[in-house]
This record gives sequence, C-alpha cells and structure tokens, in this order.
Amino acid sequence: MSAVCPECEAAVEVENLIVGEITFCPDCNAELEVLNVEHPEVALAPEVEEDWGE
Amino acid sequence: MSRVRVAIVGGSGYTGGELIRLLLFHPMVEISQVASGSQAGHFVHSAHPNLRKISTLRFCHPDDLTTCDVLFLCLPHGVSSGEIERYRTLAPRVIDLSGDFRLRTPDLYRRWYGHEHPAPELLSEAVYGLPELHRAELPEAALVSGTGCMATTSILGLAPLYRAGVVNQSIPLVLEAKVGSSAAGAKAGPSSHHPDRSGAVRSFEPTGHRHTAELIQELGQFEGGELQQMVAFSATAVEMVRGILVTAHVFLNENLEEKAIWRIFREAYQREPFVRLVKERNGVYRYPEPKILSGSNYCDVGFEVDREQQRVVVIAALDNLMKGAAGNGVQALNCMFGWDESLGLTFPGLHPV
Ligand SMILES: [Zn+2]
Repeated sequence: MSAVCPECEAAVEVENLIVGEITFCPDCNAELEVLNVEHPEVALAPEVEEDWGE
Repeated sequence: MSRVRVAIVGGSGYTGGELIRLLLFHPMVEISQVASGSQAGHFVHSAHPNLRKISTLRFCHPDDLTTCDVLFLCLPHGVSSGEIERYRTLAPRVIDLSGDFRLRTPDLYRRWYGHEHPAPELLSEAVYGLPELHRAELPEAALVSGTGCMATTSILGLAPLYRAGVVNQSIPLVLEAKVGSSAAGAKAGPSSHHPDRSGAVRSFEPTGHRHTAELIQELGQFEGGELQQMVAFSATAVEMVRGILVTAHVFLNENLEEKAIWRIFREAYQREPFVRLVKERNGVYRYPEPKILSGSNYCDVGFEVDREQQRVVVIAALDNLMKGAAGNGVQALNCMFGWDESLGLTFPGLHPV
C-alpha cells in the first residue's frame, strides 16, 4: 500500500519511513511529509518559494 | 537467429548518420549497405567522424544497392516518392524518413506541399511511423513513414488531451516550436552561415509549416477524420545544434483541475518506454528541456494549468535527430519485427552537456 501525492495523485511509497519524515513524490518531486505509515498518508510539506521572476 | 539485413539510402546526412550509429549497436540488425550519391566509395566515418574505429563500412552508390530485409530511406523530401517503386523491389519493407509518405490522403498532401503526390496510390497503404499512436499497425506494415520532428514533439505533447476529448476545438490550437540548427539538414546554405546563424533567434516559418498537416491528421484521428479545429503553428530557429521545444496552448471544454490533467497524461504514457512526464515542483529542470535529451530517444512532456483561462500549456521536448527522426525510426523497426521497443535505444543522454 502506498500513499497518494496530494499534488499529482502519484503513488508514494512510505513503507520504510516514519511519521514526520520528509519524502518526495516520484512523479512531481513535491516535498511531502509522512502523516501515517500504517494507513499511508502524506501531505505537502511547507515550502520556501523560490523567486524565478525579474 | 540470423540478423535482419538493413540498408540505408541517403546515409551521409545527419539522420542517416544517426541511424548508422544506432543500428551498429542493435543486437538484431546487420547493416548490409549504406548508399550515398555524393559520398560513394568513401568510408562512412568520413561523413560521420563519431563512427571512427567502430565501422569500416564504405558508402556505395545508390545504383549498386542489392536486396535486403529492410530499406531505410533518408533522402530529401520529394525524392523517395519519385523512385519508390524501385526501392520497394529491393526490400519487402521500407521505412521512409522523409515527408513523402506521412500524410494519408492526396488532398491533405496537395494542400500542404503545394503539388500533386507522385505516388498517391501508396498514401493510404503507408503507416505513420509513430509507435505511440500506430503500434498495432506496424507489425504488418510494408511501407512506414518517418514523422516530422516538430510534428512528433507536438503530437506526443497533445495527443492525450485530444484522445480524452477535453479540448475546446472552437478555439484555435496555438503552438510554437523552437528548433536547433541540425533540423535544417547537413547541407549548408546562406541561412546556416556561421556569422548569421550563430546566436540567432530566427522566426523562419511563422505560418504554413508542413508539419502542421501531420497534426491535423494525427490529432484528428481520435474523432475519425482530419482535425477541424484551426491550428496556428509557428517555428523558430534558436541557438542549439540538436533539440526541439514545443509550447502549445490548449483551451479546455471544462474547467479541469491539475490532478485531472495529470490523470490524462499518466494514463496515456505510464507504459510508454520513451515518453516521460516532466512537471516538477522543485529543482532546475521542472519542465521538459531539449538540452538533456541530446542523443537519447526520449520525448519529455509537461504541462501547466491556468484555471482562470481554462487553458493548459503543454510543453514537450526531444532530440530532433533521435525521437524526431532516426531514433523513432529504429523504435518503429523494433515494433515491425515484434522486438523489445528499446533495442538499440537505451542511451539516456548526458548531463551536464
Ligand atoms: Zn506528486
């Protein structure tokens, strides 16, 4: 069983992780925080916005 | 098992050189002859110096071609269709990488090429050699066309949305391709003179590019005919040797969220060996970029959703000589013979490059 990326719905493996650990989505590379391992769940980790403008 | 004997006509150009490079390392293929009208008698590595010490093949004259299992034609547009009958006597299966057999109807050909097709009876027989859309037809095909480099990039980027039926076709499809200098071929001309070409960002075909016809044909097939939507395609030459980047603007017939678009693209490409979805939230290479695809057979496809405008910007990239020409031709060959599609095509590209 894997978690679902809240950004792109990719399957995210959390098997060898612990709650609170940071992982990344294999498809969209979103930074994710592990919320639950038994019932796999992840959430977007808070991000520092990069400035690509100007 | 004996190897399939493949000959190449027009082997001194860039596409021919890439084909030779790929086929020399293909486990199921033996190159029987490489023909060139201008280079006959010379070593293949005199035209393609990257092949030094790899092959001692010499170019033969096209008149000296003998029979083989598969004949690749890498001739300038308009040449192979005039001599196609002779070439078809040399091999039971022909793959023509020029533009001559890409379109299925004489009418579409006339509209975009401006003259009658010299062998119109063959147009309905030929298979458009893009495995992602015509894989099932390739094992039986005797005449397979190559695919336009900018058309391939655009079609692979857009086909999932058209197949899913989410495109609002009352609004024109607007797209632009940025293309490197090798797409113009190995023959030099005033426009490729270094002081003029170097550093250029040159709009060279803002309207009327022939590859548009391939989009009309291939994106229209999901509705059983030619695309009725207006297609506004422009081509721009930029400072690269290899590579194409297409940016396309598609307006949707419903206001889909980003995840729904992800679903459409993932469904289309998760099992494709050479199409990768590239849309990342972090890092430098967030969207497809041709720079890292040089020499590889991948087409990278990404997108961004503008919900306010109900618009998807599709971004697609490939190496015009590889997935846009020779690499795609080898992939089609693999399909024709029922081999693993990635045979001879496993080079992942370089980084940095
Ligand atoms: Zn994701």
